[in-house]
Amino acid sequence: MAEAPQIFRRIAIAGNPNTGKSTIFNALTGLRQKVGNYPGVTVEKKTGRFFGSHGEAMELLDLPGSYSLQVRSPDEAVSRDVLLGRVPGTPRPDAIIAVLDASNLDRHLYLVAQFLELDIPVIVALNMVDVAEKRGLTIDLLGLKNSLGVPVIPMVASRGQGLIELKQALSRATLQVSDQRAQLPIVLEREVAALSRMLKGHAGSVRSEAMLLLSLEDDRLAAEAKGDSTLLTEIHAARERLKLSGLDPIAAPVDARYAWVSEVCASTVHRQGEDSHGLTFSDHIDQILTHKLWGWLAFVGMMALMFVCIFVVAQAPMDWIRAAMQAVAKWTGAHLPPGDLRSLVVDGVIVGVGNVVVFLPQILILFFFLGLLEDSGYMARAAFIMDRLMSRVGLHGKSFVPLLSSFACAIPGIMATRTIENRNDRFVTILVAPLMSCSARLPVYAIMIALLMPASNVWSKAGVMLCMYLIGVIAAFVMAGLFKKTILRSETPMLLLELPPYRAPVFRGIVQRMWERAVVFIRRAGTVILALSVLLWALLSFPKPTEPDATQSEILSHSIGGRMGHAIEPVIAPLGYDWKIGIGLVASFAAREVFVSTMGQIYNIEDAKEDNEDLRTQMRDERRADGTPVFTPLTCLSIMVFYVLAMQCLSTVAIVRRETNSWRWPLFQIAYMTALAWIGAFVVYQGGHLLGFR
Amino acid sequence: MSESVENAEPRSDAEPLSGLQPGQRGKVTAIEVPGAMRGRVMEMGFTIGTVIEVVRFAPMGDPMEFKVRGAHISLRKAEAAGIRVQRI
Repeated sequence: MAEAPQIFRRIAIAGNPNTGKSTIFNALTGLRQKVGNYPGVTVEKKTGRFFGSHGEAMELLDLPGSYSLQVRSPDEAVSRDVLLGRVPGTPRPDAIIAVLDASNLDRHLYLVAQFLELDIPVIVALNMVDVAEKRGLTIDLLGLKNSLGVPVIPMVASRGQGLIELKQALSRATLQVSDQRAQLPIVLEREVAALSRMLKGHAGSVRSEAMLLLSLEDDRLAAEAKGDSTLLTEIHAARERLKLSGLDPIAAPVDARYAWVSEVCASTVHRQGEDSHGLTFSDHIDQILTHKLWGWLAFVGMMALMFVCIFVVAQAPMDWIRAAMQAVAKWTGAHLPPGDLRSLVVDGVIVGVGNVVVFLPQILILFFFLGLLEDSGYMARAAFIMDRLMSRVGLHGKSFVPLLSSFACAIPGIMATRTIENRNDRFVTILVAPLMSCSARLPVYAIMIALLMPASNVWSKAGVMLCMYLIGVIAAFVMAGLFKKTILRSETPMLLLELPPYRAPVFRGIVQRMWERAVVFIRRAGTVILALSVLLWALLSFPKPTEPDATQSEILSHSIGGRMGHAIEPVIAPLGYDWKIGIGLVASFAAREVFVSTMGQIYNIEDAKEDNEDLRTQMRDERRADGTPVFTPLTCLSIMVFYVLAMQCLSTVAIVRRETNSWRWPLFQIAYMTALAWIGAFVVYQGGHLLGFR
Repeated sequence: MSESVENAEPRSDAEPLSGLQPGQRGKVTAIEVPGAMRGRVMEMGFTIGTVIEVVRFAPMGDPMEFKVRGAHISLRKAEAAGIRVQRI
């Protein structure tokens, strides 16, 4: 690593969601990115480095996409606080890049109006000028620059157009603070000035802070004023005076900013031909994708395609990884003397980690699809279509995105709930998010489906997997409805959702995020899973029985792990599990995918054969004392259902603790999900038995 | 494209936005959305004097999609009922 150079300028990049902000961030910083957290809150802090036109070291801070600086949820406060220079450890930025969609300045300039109030130099990155041109819009760039009083850089970020010009603009020796801003009504201006004097001594622009405080809704104001009763009284008094003079304190600044935006647009954006009734490309796609019949077919079709691809496309790379892992195990086994060390390396490390790494291709495909849905703009349509169903259980179309993300991993899903303003709705979403089948369950489903139906075609396999996902979804809905009616009562929250224009996804961006996920997964396999595998190996190997000629089965039974499995056997026998599966359940409490590596270790230790047999074959050949197979179809289904519903992920427990700021919720979550899992598996196994299945 | 912001008083002929059919347009005369979301609705472009077009209803009849200041925004019928418009 090079030594950290003196940073010439700190720049924040901000804009509405779906403006291509991340594309510009990635294009500028490449792989020189760092992801951390802001102190005290769980908002992701993404920074990157790049060099200006003359080699100046620049630090770029990626602010979460937002429509306004006005704060309505805790994570929205971060953007504002950073820009006011109030976040410890994050110096106030020297400049803001405001990323705008050139085809919709009427709305996107609103955020610029707020940035100009901050007294920080602003540089406008006018993105997607090609789309604007196609829609018959001509933008007078010089006029826009003059009206805003800031540099305006036309860009097509997805093709890298305008990047050099943007860098040049950022590298100038001095950046000016614009003197242009929305004109407020005189009465309001007077109140803002009076409040600004009270705020003197606060960091950042006090005028901007005064405006934000004056137009804050009452319920958030109390939280923001932090018990400063003098300030609170003054704000309430100012609002009363405004109301007396006929001004709505919440509406007035919004109206003033939009009036300014309209004025700027009227003089700089020219429309060729009348197209207000003409349909854009996006509108045509929406006529199909949100159609009463085709919309549903497309939705179900896309989900089905995703799951089929997870099976078909991932098959070959999974076989390669499996073969490579067996080769490594064989080579290591041949070069190490027999004994505990060889057992540790082969059965513990290689088998344990390898059985999890095998699922990397499937996880990457899942993330590829989720990235595609997100970047193309379809995710918002899915929320639009699903909102009616979500609102039946008192949730929100917005809960759909966290829940859908939870298909990849509950952790980003739970972090995505921060866009939900109401606390109770947010907690309900957090409580049910882990019921959505995350990628860590894929290994368990995959091995169980392979045992359940070895000869079937991919369609039936994908069908069974889709059923598992559906069970999770249904359980999430039922539980959400239950929680909304009992412990977390609140009214169905409001929906306010933008349906952005469809866009061709930037392939490089999706691949970059897949790569990030792969690194996280591999790191997890190399740390948590590795540690658990070694721990498990020890639990399954010690203490050794005293009699020297004990069989492998007796050694396993005598070990601590074996005793734990035996101890819980009475509880899990009604679900169709034996004590060895019990070891798997106990071991996978920390992470679900450990189940697969545990089973691998158990059967490997037990068989103690020279060459590593395929885990699936070993499990298929496993017999109970009476000679019947352990993994009957019913047991396989019962295990899958258990894994659909159980909360077996320490990382999720940790994130829920952090997001809810209490141990109460994660503990409650573990309790209710474990109970649900036991009941679900019991119903499947015993119900199946009653119906004559085995 | 620019809508002049007039000081339009809520008038008796104003009706809820949720009553409009796809393709119909109305000019906002009042925003009576309750609580904390009122400000956010306005910031998304539903300000007094703005012309709003109903684009469609979702496949299950709710929520609705609107075209506001060139952007497509979705609100539920119950919420759109709090926005009063004068049909044009």
